[in-house]
Amino acid sequence: MSAAIQQNATAATQTMSGAEIVLRALKEQGVEVIFGYPGGAVLPLYDALFQQNAIRHILVRHEQAAVHAAEGYARSTGKVGCVLVTSGPGATNAVTGLLDALMDSIPLVCLTGQVPTHLIGNDAFQEADTTGITRPATKHNYLVKDIKKLAGVMHEAFYVARSGRPGPVVVDLPKDILIGQGPYHEAPTAPHRSYRPQREPNPEMIAQAVKLLKGAKRPIVYAGGGIVNAGPEASRLLTEFVRLTGMPCTNTLMGLGTFPASDKQFLGMLGMHGTYEANMAMHGCDVMLNIGARFDDRVTGRLNAFAPTAKKIHADIDQSSINKNVPVDVAIIGDAGLTLKALLEAWQASEQPRHTGALADWWRQIEGWRGIQCLRYQQEGSIIKPQHAIRRLYEITQEIGRETFITTEVGQHQMWAAQYFGFDKPNHWMTSGGLGTMGYGLPAAMGVQIAHPDALVIDIAGEASILMNIQEMATIAQYRLPVKVFILNNEYMGMVRQWQELLHGGRYSESYSAALPDFVKLAESFHARGVRITRPEDLDAGIREILAHPGPVIADIAVAKDENCFPMIPSGAAHNEMILGPGQEGGVKGVTDEGKVLV
Amino acid sequence: MPDNNENKLRNATIAVLVDNEPGILARVVGLFSGRGYNIESLTVAPVDEDRTISRITIVTGGTEMVIEQIKAQLDRLVPVRKVCDLSLEGAHLARELMLIKVVCTGEQRMEALRLADAFRARVVDATTASFVFEMTGNGDKLEAFTALMRPLGLAEVVRTGVIGIARGTYSLKA
Ligand SMILES: Cc1ncc(C[n+]2csc(CCOP(=O)(O)OP(=O)(O)O)c2C)c(N)n1
Ligand SMILES: [Mg+2]
Repeated sequence: MSAAIQQNATAATQTMSGAEIVLRALKEQGVEVIFGYPGGAVLPLYDALFQQNAIRHILVRHEQAAVHAAEGYARSTGKVGCVLVTSGPGATNAVTGLLDALMDSIPLVCLTGQVPTHLIGNDAFQEADTTGITRPATKHNYLVKDIKKLAGVMHEAFYVARSGRPGPVVVDLPKDILIGQGPYHEAPTAPHRSYRPQREPNPEMIAQAVKLLKGAKRPIVYAGGGIVNAGPEASRLLTEFVRLTGMPCTNTLMGLGTFPASDKQFLGMLGMHGTYEANMAMHGCDVMLNIGARFDDRVTGRLNAFAPTAKKIHADIDQSSINKNVPVDVAIIGDAGLTLKALLEAWQASEQPRHTGALADWWRQIEGWRGIQCLRYQQEGSIIKPQHAIRRLYEITQEIGRETFITTEVGQHQMWAAQYFGFDKPNHWMTSGGLGTMGYGLPAAMGVQIAHPDALVIDIAGEASILMNIQEMATIAQYRLPVKVFILNNEYMGMVRQWQELLHGGRYSESYSAALPDFVKLAESFHARGVRITRPEDLDAGIREILAHPGPVIADIAVAKDENCFPMIPSGAAHNEMILGPGQEGGVKGVTDEGKVLV
Repeated sequence: MPDNNENKLRNATIAVLVDNEPGILARVVGLFSGRGYNIESLTVAPVDEDRTISRITIVTGGTEMVIEQIKAQLDRLVPVRKVCDLSLEGAHLARELMLIKVVCTGEQRMEALRLADAFRARVVDATTASFVFEMTGNGDKLEAFTALMRPLGLAEVVRTGVIGIARGTYSLKA
């Protein structure tokens, strides 16, 4: 036996405590930061963390925030985010974050403490059936009952989290397993026994897609968050493909930034609060190429009226996303980046002629829709329009030229951020799309700032959402994170108020934000700068001051209270039944009871 | 667009090879309940030499689109190794085992025995006042026999649920 092999053999059978095995596996998996909160069941892990320097622990103030912070970290870096919480309430507090990550396909590994194996099932103190509770909120989960399997499970958890359609994975760790002694194994090099998602697209399907696209007179590319997950190269390839083919491109909420917002071929976001041109083009197209999106109900509107004349091509890494809501004509299963590469090559190799004249007609039609200027607004009078506040925030960050990351909470401000802040690069926009979790933005911003200490990280927030995880201002203070919170304060749960106005006869049941804190004093009590802006003429200077401040800031921007977010496709309506703005709400009266039932 | 075929319902017998580990059944059942798919029958048991692999047979129904969804959703569970729609892989055998208790006396006993014979049900327990019959077959046959036993003193029925296997050389391997 050579020396090297011998050394390997000893490394493979090295014995250490369960807690050390966990940390060693984290290190081997490239984890640099872990977001967590301690408790009895995870004390052995905290003890091991204390005795090392390779992994940095960020102490949050609520476990839900640990998960959102890890999401922000993961989505802005492309790495797997890592979380550590205790048993029982620690684990249940994390559940919202886990489901959020599942719905938005964010790779996470969440370590949860558990009571010792001999007490499992005894209603022990701080016991929860964590694998039972998190089963439908994770991509996969493990309960480790045998220390010999611990290292293997840890490596597998990371593999599962990042492979295929990424998602959160829970590893439940009984305390006796953390304390006991066991063997450490390095990550296996052999393929996984059962989970091997297909990454390479089928060339036959690529050829069919190219044939349809070349023959198209009214094509459109509809690109989603899957492209972000496939890495920045996928966004580059998307941009190359769209420019080469001359087609219009629209993004989902999760896909913003995968195609440059500043490009002429970009139609803006599509869906419920998407642009008129994007939705009309989706409705009228003859061939649709969906890459890395999932025909979500916020995107399709009424299914039986969705893109009625289109041949549909759907490329996704997750086979179960294909033909789920919308039957498609060509299904491509694979990684978005590899799919785009294959499409580009097949397109260039194909000699099939194109309908260039037809495409010019299509663009003329699109320019007509653009001419409506569906996002136009008037900033006049003495009250700040929320759209204007975001537009100016965007323009001023552009002037400053610093790398900027935006996170959001959930509500009207989130949709306005999607509409009025332009994203030219992937990984710079974090929002809770699938679950729509109020309270996501502040902890997510924290996670982004940890990963990008020198960047400008802004949470565009509503006054209601920000209170859902406001305790994280303490984490922000502790780690001196210069996060900027940009509250569009309309004194309402604006999105709820908007639906009540449009669909429930203006009966504003429980949607008024009463008894709000003084956000300036709140900021100061958390060792941050507080700024309040109420007059349009103070907006620019205020924004510049906020962005220039070296530490964390809460900016309370008083905006119009009754502004609605348009365009809007009311629930149950079709893309071409969009409401463009005030005065057109009459159209909403046509909302059927069937539509009202929808969320 | 929506053609007539799309809303046509069919039954599917799906065989799934999975890692034999705690929680796997909960994962499969949770998937069905969480997504609103129906389960008509579900059976599971380890099938390999060292008991590391279990085979689940699920009988379900739905439109073609729903059945394709069910298979894709099953397939992406991490401990699932293979998913096979036996109803599509050509001819397959489906069998179920039933134990059925009939409590009766006199002429009804003779009638129960005669019918059991015709249906190839075996008597696996008998007292002066009862029989337990064992019977295998497809669902229709078991149901027909059960219906005949009802007026004769049917007391209890227990069924395993369907197991299925493809005819011919095709075999499902992990
Ligand atoms: C945790 C959670 N609870 C409830 C909701 C429902 N909801 C969606 S938007 C919204 C109002 C948000 O208000 P605010 O943060 O002020 O944002 P605005 O719409 O006013 O911009 C509510 C209650 C949600 N999305 N998440
Ligand atoms: Mg509000």
